[in-house]
Amino acid sequence: MFEILIDYGPKLLDGMAITLKLTFISVVIAGLLSLPLAILRRSKNKAYQWPIKLYVSFFRGTPLLAQLFLVYYGSGQFREELTDLGVWWFFREPFYCALFTFALNSTAYQLEILRGGLQAVPYGEVEAGVALGMPRTLLYRKIILPHTYRIALPALGNEIILMLKGSAIASVITLMDVMGHTRRVFSQTFDISVYFWAAIIYLVITTMFVFAWRLLEKRLTRHMCYPVNSKPLSTSSVLSTTKETCHVN
Amino acid sequence: MEWFEYLSFGNDGWGDELASGLGITLSLALITLPIGLLLGFSVAAASVAKKTYPRLIAFTFTTMIRGLPELLTLFIIYHGVGLLLSKAVKWLNPDAGFFELSPFVAGIIALGLVFGGYSGEVLRGAWQALDKGQREAAQAIGMSQLQIFRLIELPQMLRLALPGLGNLWINLLKDTALVSVIALNDLMRMANIAVGSTKKPFLFFLTACLIYWIVCIFFEWCIARLEKRANRGIRTS
Repeated sequence: MFEILIDYGPKLLDGMAITLKLTFISVVIAGLLSLPLAILRRSKNKAYQWPIKLYVSFFRGTPLLAQLFLVYYGSGQFREELTDLGVWWFFREPFYCALFTFALNSTAYQLEILRGGLQAVPYGEVEAGVALGMPRTLLYRKIILPHTYRIALPALGNEIILMLKGSAIASVITLMDVMGHTRRVFSQTFDISVYFWAAIIYLVITTMFVFAWRLLEKRLTRHMCYPVNSKPLSTSSVLSTTKETCHVN
Repeated sequence: MEWFEYLSFGNDGWGDELASGLGITLSLALITLPIGLLLGFSVAAASVAKKTYPRLIAFTFTTMIRGLPELLTLFIIYHGVGLLLSKAVKWLNPDAGFFELSPFVAGIIALGLVFGGYSGEVLRGAWQALDKGQREAAQAIGMSQLQIFRLIELPQMLRLALPGLGNLWINLLKDTALVSVIALNDLMRMANIAVGSTKKPFLFFLTACLIYWIVCIFFEWCIARLEKRANRGIRTS
């Protein structure tokens, strides 16, 4: 059991780097793309609404594996056209294909989450901002977006974890992430304990991420906290007990 | 049209092969659903238990299932349980050959575990959201534990848990695509085989995606209907 770790541990750690890189980059790209799309999705113009609706429905209604195959193998059918366009180098690499697919997939999920967050912003606050004569960008920057991200944060954390787990699928298109190395080691040694080590790696990553995300949530909701045993604000003293110290526990 | 020729039924086209793959995908998901739900109920029951050990076991189980990639769970079941069983068979009968777990069974077990882990959390949330007074009232008029669960808690739990369970069902349908990796002839693998012999990857994988999409939209519609029905007694603003 430990021999496997000594022999193949470095390989698994290499895989871990690929897994983290893949997840992190695709989630960040998706995070950047999803906000403007979510705002467009909420516009009253049907010409913006429908394509985005269709996009979200497609990426949420089909398996990630099928999407990955569609991009990685499917692009092969248009090899000449893609070479003419000068983008074949991109679709030839499994890493870029996985990145592309995961980013698109995660954008669809994050878009839905942000849409919910945007919807949940209390309308009175937006009206108050408008009444103060705030321009649209300032309104978004100071009122709408802080609210949105605060509401969306737990769901976004879940989505990132799902993406991290989903990235194991990239091993199917010969990418050597944790799962890819694990499968290769198993096919060489037939030692089941390599799966055990892979499981530990994934569990450690997800657990650490959950803790880090909770810190972030605490930080963003710190105005809803007050120290233990201090006097709560007079208006809420009837409603709250001393046990409730923070929005996030 | 080229597309229709490739997807026609019969010896030339791949339509019938894809349809049989869809059959495998759907039957895998439909068989997994009750098993996963049963497991989910057990996990939920364990995590609302008063004793520490059931709660600890339930917590460990859900944390592990939610932290592991589905693909890894599938491989652990397929290879791990297969290895264990073949060792057990060898021990009972040294002359027996190598025993291999069928991919279909491995898929059911792995997806059932995943569904059980996630639905356990959903059901626990619904269970804890119930009004405690109702359970006390039922105890006061002398109902047994089973009666309380069946007649009072279960109907209300299902209403509360329906949106979460619906999402999990859609996820389960999509996760069935993973079993193609362990060579079960589901829709995804049939598309793969078709690609291997026709060299038209985009066409077949797009078709597979569209089929999954249609199935998901159909079930989303069903779930919306179910939710509407489950909430017919609730007043909404």
